Amino acid sequence: MAKLNINGKTLDLEVDGATPLLWAIREHADLTGTKYGCGVGQCGACSVHINGQVQRSCLMQVKDVKPTDQIVTIEGLADQSGRAVQKAWLELEVAQCGYCQTGQIMAAAALLKGKPKPTDSDIDAAMTNICRCGTYQRIRQAIHLAAGNKQQG
Amino acid sequence: MNTTITSLSRRKFLATAAAAGGGLALGIDAGGIRSALSQIAIGGAGNGNELGVWVFIKPNEDVVIRIARSEMGQGSLTGLAQLVAEELDCDWSKVTAEYPTPGENLARNRAWGDMSTGGSRGIRGSHDYVRQGGAAARQMLLQAAAHEWNVPVEQLKVEKGVITHEASKRTTTYGKVATAAGKLPVPDLKTMKLRDPKDWKIAGKPLARLDTADKLTGKLVYAIDVKLPGMLTATIMDTPVFGNKLLGYDEAKVKAMPGVKGVYRVGDTAVAVVANTFWQAKLGLDALDPKWEETANNKVSSETIAVALKEGLTSKDGVFVGNKAGDADAALAGAAKKIEAVYENPYWHHVTMEPMNCTAKWTPEKCEVWVATQNGEASLAACAEAAGLPPSKCEVYKHHLGGGFGRRGFQDYTTKAVLLAKQIPGVPVKTIWTREEDMRQGRFRPIGQCKMEAGLDDKGNIVGFKMRIASQSILAFAAPQRLAQGGMDPIAFQGLNPSGPEGQFGYTIPNLLIEHAMRNTHVPPGFWRGVNNNQNAVFLECFMDEVAKAVGKDPLEFRRAMMANHPKHLSVLNAVAAKIGWENTKPPAGQFRGIAQHMGYGSYVAAAAEVSVSDRGRLKIHRLVMGTDCGHVVNPDQVIAQVEGSVAYGLGGTLHQKITIKDGRVVEENFDTYPSMMLEEFPKIETVLVPSGGFWGGVGEPTICVAAPAVLNGIFAATGKPVRSLPLRDLNLRA
Repeated sequence: MAKLNINGKTLDLEVDGATPLLWAIREHADLTGTKYGCGVGQCGACSVHINGQVQRSCLMQVKDVKPTDQIVTIEGLADQSGRAVQKAWLELEVAQCGYCQTGQIMAAAALLKGKPKPTDSDIDAAMTNICRCGTYQRIRQAIHLAAGNKQQG
Repeated sequence: MNTTITSLSRRKFLATAAAAGGGLALGIDAGGIRSALSQIAIGGAGNGNELGVWVFIKPNEDVVIRIARSEMGQGSLTGLAQLVAEELDCDWSKVTAEYPTPGENLARNRAWGDMSTGGSRGIRGSHDYVRQGGAAARQMLLQAAAHEWNVPVEQLKVEKGVITHEASKRTTTYGKVATAAGKLPVPDLKTMKLRDPKDWKIAGKPLARLDTADKLTGKLVYAIDVKLPGMLTATIMDTPVFGNKLLGYDEAKVKAMPGVKGVYRVGDTAVAVVANTFWQAKLGLDALDPKWEETANNKVSSETIAVALKEGLTSKDGVFVGNKAGDADAALAGAAKKIEAVYENPYWHHVTMEPMNCTAKWTPEKCEVWVATQNGEASLAACAEAAGLPPSKCEVYKHHLGGGFGRRGFQDYTTKAVLLAKQIPGVPVKTIWTREEDMRQGRFRPIGQCKMEAGLDDKGNIVGFKMRIASQSILAFAAPQRLAQGGMDPIAFQGLNPSGPEGQFGYTIPNLLIEHAMRNTHVPPGFWRGVNNNQNAVFLECFMDEVAKAVGKDPLEFRRAMMANHPKHLSVLNAVAAKIGWENTKPPAGQFRGIAQHMGYGSYVAAAAEVSVSDRGRLKIHRLVMGTDCGHVVNPDQVIAQVEGSVAYGLGGTLHQKITIKDGRVVEENFDTYPSMMLEEFPKIETVLVPSGGFWGGVGEPTICVAAPAVLNGIFAATGKPVRSLPLRDLNLRA
């Protein structure tokens, strides 16, 4: 049994404490927008926010998360930077297969929260999620758009 | 009629579409944003009327367009809907899409035709009959209005689904006449007159995709997200040495683990652990320690494969001729100068972001699967065979793919999921491959080597050229019935063919011999986005630069001299050369240019790159111009997206990727040892569309094969040293 605060709701979940947070979110909280891609923290498809910081949920165990920690998944992303990122993603038609994009959006939203006007090198450093469809050019453009930056690059 | 379209024009159009559709400007989850969802059975979208098989119109004016091909990110779902809507003359803002199920397709005598989605055929393989379907529905709707008003149908006009009879000033709508129209016979599709692409109003435009919104909010249900009442979840391990049988395992300990429901043999080679959750199943499988037999396959390694390939470069056995002109041997013997090189290419893995998975539910009466597939009909066939039921008692629910790239044309994962579910009748079982298992059980871009010899006259023109590819055959493994007479694999010669609409060799050389020595291994090869075009373009285009340099010629000029008989190849090559400024500008200080051209999947493609190589051998790709002539462009923004994406896929392989075989099995297991291209490495890409019309070329794959040779030729220009093996991370470019 574990108590997790996800998207503003406290949930009592029947889950072993050693289970990766990713699988608790997907299989116990039934929030499937957070994706399994590698399980080893390489791809970022499982990115969520914990207390406002982007984290790879496949690398965290349920027991490492306190009941008071605020977990936000793509389904609960509703703050200003998150909405701006989603709208920019829509406008620039970033997504192809879309499987990695929820994680990309979580990473981009966290970036904008910390750095409202990111440079190209800020984007390079922050956006380390893998996209096999190769939407990187539009991800960069969409972050600039969401930030209200003049087009770079 | 060459036109260049950039992504900027699309934004302008989107604004118009948003204003028309409403909602879009208000927020991501506001009304009016459409998403194609596939999880409902056909017609389950609500009350309405079918007008032929492609169009379904509801009383509220919603237009549902059926899409037979799978959507894996390539955008053809939207493009195909545009083609139908174009002929239908409906209101695009009312359009949504749905997949007919493979079971429905079978039940209705393949009314929707081929569901296979590969070879860049999604649009070029079905544009005619889907447009005819749209035109037929339009004719039925107009006929129904004409009957109602008792006027000749020729007097009616229609725009955006509103039918007008000007003389009597009457109007009606598609939604209102759809019921009557649905009762009319469907006209003969072959008699439908299709619109000239130059008159297109919906097709040809950079419209927003129909399937985007739910991908940004986490709402889209991929196959891996499927949840059914009473469902169990499994994970599986197959023999790591391909072909070897499963000997056994000790299940007692595993069956006692939390949540584990059982351990099951799957076919002759695999074992799966079934549990309440994936994580419990994975812990169970980790503890299982299955044993497999050992065979001669255990002795195969990348080194032994390389020896067999090298033998194929000079052997007379198992050799097939793909292209021949004059007498290449004699021309080489008499040449003033000879250049020779051997290139090699590694195995590559698809690494779709969504690992392989499939949910299956079996009963003695029916078997159903929920799956991401590039070929719904092949999934249905695999399901039926594994289920031991006729296909008419099976059904496949297609989900949008979290990446396909050729991997999900194979149905091994559907077969295994059904074989497992059959052992637990009535219970839906979702089988998820771990990333590591997905890596081990790939269908790999075949490994190969290529020896090329060019003979030149005293003016530096190629008078004789030989190209001997030694490689594994995809068709011999995946579709032996498609091998040509004598066992030749025609796919080995992609882009090197003497003629034909798929991929013609772009140079005229008087004495030419292109051969394939088929050298198969136990490692299963597969169709990897772009397929053999990838290595064939690297071999040929990089060697061309080696030869040009040896005779002191500019790479562009050297190519042009052999391309007079190939005006479409030449035209796209010239387009990228002009865009990068090959002839009138110098690259920025420290940067060097490379150029390449190829033809694949019916399209003519070219690329030009600007790169630098640091003193310590570090490559930076600064700029990449990508050109394609795909004949007709159905959605220019989506064509640009495919070009951009193909660069990441192809260059990811070129920069980083190699599958190693050791003791008969794949060594690499995850992204840490098999890296992908990352955002920070991604160059600025400028896409040049030069559609010349009159033919329908592919889009998803062709450009992938020119990005790598353009970059490699840029490296060659920078360092003076040709790159003859990949990936680049294994090389010191300044050594």
